[in-house]
Amino acid sequence: MQLTGKFGPYGGCFVSELLIPALTELEAAWLDARDDDAFRAELSHLLSQWAGRPTPLYASPALSADIGCRVFLKREDLLHGGAHKTNNTIAQALLAKRMGRTRLIAETGAGQHGVATAMAGALLGLQVKVFMGAKDVARQQPNVRRMELFGAEVVSVEAGSRSLKDAINETLRYWTETVADSFYVFGTVAGPHPYPSIVRDFQRIIGEETRTQVLAQAGRLPTAIMACVGGGSNAMGIFADFVDTPDVLLIGVEPAGHGLDTDAHGATLTKGRPGCVHGSISYLLQDEAGQVLEAHSISAGLDYPGVGPEHAWLKDQGRATYESATDAEALSAFAWLCRAEGILPALESSHAIAAARASRGRWQADDVLVVNLSGRGDKDLAHAMAALDADTLPPKETGASPSQRASRSPS
Amino acid sequence: MSETHPTTPAGSTSAAKQTPGQRLSATIEAVHDRGEGVFMPFVVIGDPDLETSMAAVDALVAGGADVLEFGFPFSDPPADGPVIQAADLRALAAGVTPSDCLRFLAEVKRRHDVPVVLLIYYNLILQRGLDRFCAEAEAAGVDAVLAADVPLEELTPLETAAAAHGVANVLIASALTSAERLAQIRARCGGFLYTVARVGITGEQRAVSSSLSTVLDRLRAPDPSGRPRLPALVGFGISTPAHVSAAMAAGADGVICGSAIVRRIAEHCPAGSPPTADRVAAMQRSLTDFVAAMKAATQGAWRPPPQASTNRHVQP
Ligand SMILES: Cc1ncc(COP(=O)(O)O)c(C=O)c1O
Repeated sequence: MQLTGKFGPYGGCFVSELLIPALTELEAAWLDARDDDAFRAELSHLLSQWAGRPTPLYASPALSADIGCRVFLKREDLLHGGAHKTNNTIAQALLAKRMGRTRLIAETGAGQHGVATAMAGALLGLQVKVFMGAKDVARQQPNVRRMELFGAEVVSVEAGSRSLKDAINETLRYWTETVADSFYVFGTVAGPHPYPSIVRDFQRIIGEETRTQVLAQAGRLPTAIMACVGGGSNAMGIFADFVDTPDVLLIGVEPAGHGLDTDAHGATLTKGRPGCVHGSISYLLQDEAGQVLEAHSISAGLDYPGVGPEHAWLKDQGRATYESATDAEALSAFAWLCRAEGILPALESSHAIAAARASRGRWQADDVLVVNLSGRGDKDLAHAMAALDADTLPPKETGASPSQRASRSPS
Repeated sequence: MSETHPTTPAGSTSAAKQTPGQRLSATIEAVHDRGEGVFMPFVVIGDPDLETSMAAVDALVAGGADVLEFGFPFSDPPADGPVIQAADLRALAAGVTPSDCLRFLAEVKRRHDVPVVLLIYYNLILQRGLDRFCAEAEAAGVDAVLAADVPLEELTPLETAAAAHGVANVLIASALTSAERLAQIRARCGGFLYTVARVGITGEQRAVSSSLSTVLDRLRAPDPSGRPRLPALVGFGISTPAHVSAAMAAGADGVICGSAIVRRIAEHCPAGSPPTADRVAAMQRSLTDFVAAMKAATQGAWRPPPQASTNRHVQP
């Protein structure tokens, strides 16, 4: 390997020796492609013509009124595929082609990364196999169907907690077995080096666009940027271009599930401690001995007991702070944004909306808050409607019904 | 780092402690002197519970195991196939912790004079603390440790802690390992080289991969640096006496057998039904017979490696 993939004490490449040749080759291909004009031109052509970049930065009147400052939504929900995941999958699929691989394999939680990988595979003529926890197969049916429509094979993973972490284990196993012709399209900024860096690089376009757009539309840089954190790719994507701009507050929002004082949450950075799983060292929800705990979140995409190592380092350095929103708060924000703005957010992104709404009072009127709307919520309809008991739907007027926060990080 | 003994062969160090893995190396040498290959069965400690697991160990030793390999149950084992994953889950369901595993190993050592190797995932070591873990492993009589998810890139902290406590670091090599990397692995590996018969995860296989002899030829070739040769023990997929014969014929110094052992434990003592005395006795018979048959396939099958060249030079 040419780089260590360390972020302070975090990151690294903790995999079986058997995967080292593949990761070494991947690192070399990525470093080479990064500096290759032809690769970059092809990627940027596909991102604009096929996937619809740049995505808008939308000044949200309802959120601005509700929170009491200028609030913008970065509309990754409008990206082809319905979430930020496409930025990463199309780029990794191009890398796979460059490396002569014929099959893309991927884990998926919400199914968004699986869908985005399936789309990229269909576009580039690569076979696709997606591993998805059985629990997630049940709660994200529309995405299972979409993957199949794009020609991907979806493997339901029955092992362990039957969610994202087990899907990653299973994909790692399948990769080890088929390493000569499979390319593992990792879906977030976690996993062994070089994935946390590769995925961050391919997602940083979110923040680069945001910088240009917010300067043009607000005439200044944001006061703060908020994004939900599962593995952390949409957050790292919108943070990356601002990490070296210390005036811009970076705020990640983790899933508090049933509450931080219960054991049913996925707030890894808030409640976990450093450990090693899925190829890197980062914060981890684990028991005293180091057994990985099951996470819980109403949103499958945040239901993960680990988190990307760069977030761990940003947290320890105090460069980013991490808050959380409960299932109930996210659901409430989900329903609220539908009525207030005619925008159906993903349940994942609804956590960022919920935390943004709960932050009212923290900002001056001329402060600028950017919230990353990482995906759209069509995939969540059945699951969310079942959870959203009809009489908990908020009243129709905007700005009403601020949600209860069960717990909140100090601000 | 283990660059502190470049000039003296194992055994001639003046330190009070044995060289890491020395007892293990001595056992392997003695097995080879009898013209046999090493047979090393694997179990997950506490599968399906600690007591039944100890009964399994007794049966493995009775069948003729030369070295024992133990897994600590872990929640997320990506290097393992379904059989060993299920064993991990059974042990975890029985509440088995790393502390239990260390006590279990000490008891194994009281009952049997057999070297012990650990195959473990790194987080269990990290959470205990590297130094504490290695000290406790040494006290429990562990000879060597293989951390399944620690490649050369990340080895230094574990290597340092293990060396301080006389525990050898076993490393993995496969058909995919480049010549350059193989040299680095040999320089830092102790006890034996865990040679993967087939690039993949643990699990039983129909046949031994045809690429095995190519790998073993490379591994058995004299180490260009002049270090003492590391025995190559072949694992992953070895599940019948015919596999053992094939591996030995391809030039193995011995074999490691996991899933085929673990499957037999699960068949006789499945999770959910109490391991009655009858079941445990049947499991023990099955394991002892199986190990005896596997061990028999190593007998008379060991071939000494090609002679090392005479112009040994010492690492600068
Ligand atoms: C819309 C959306 N947002 C966020 C996430 C969480 O992933 P990450 O934290 O990597 O952005 C997902 C994952 O599936 C998602 O679909």
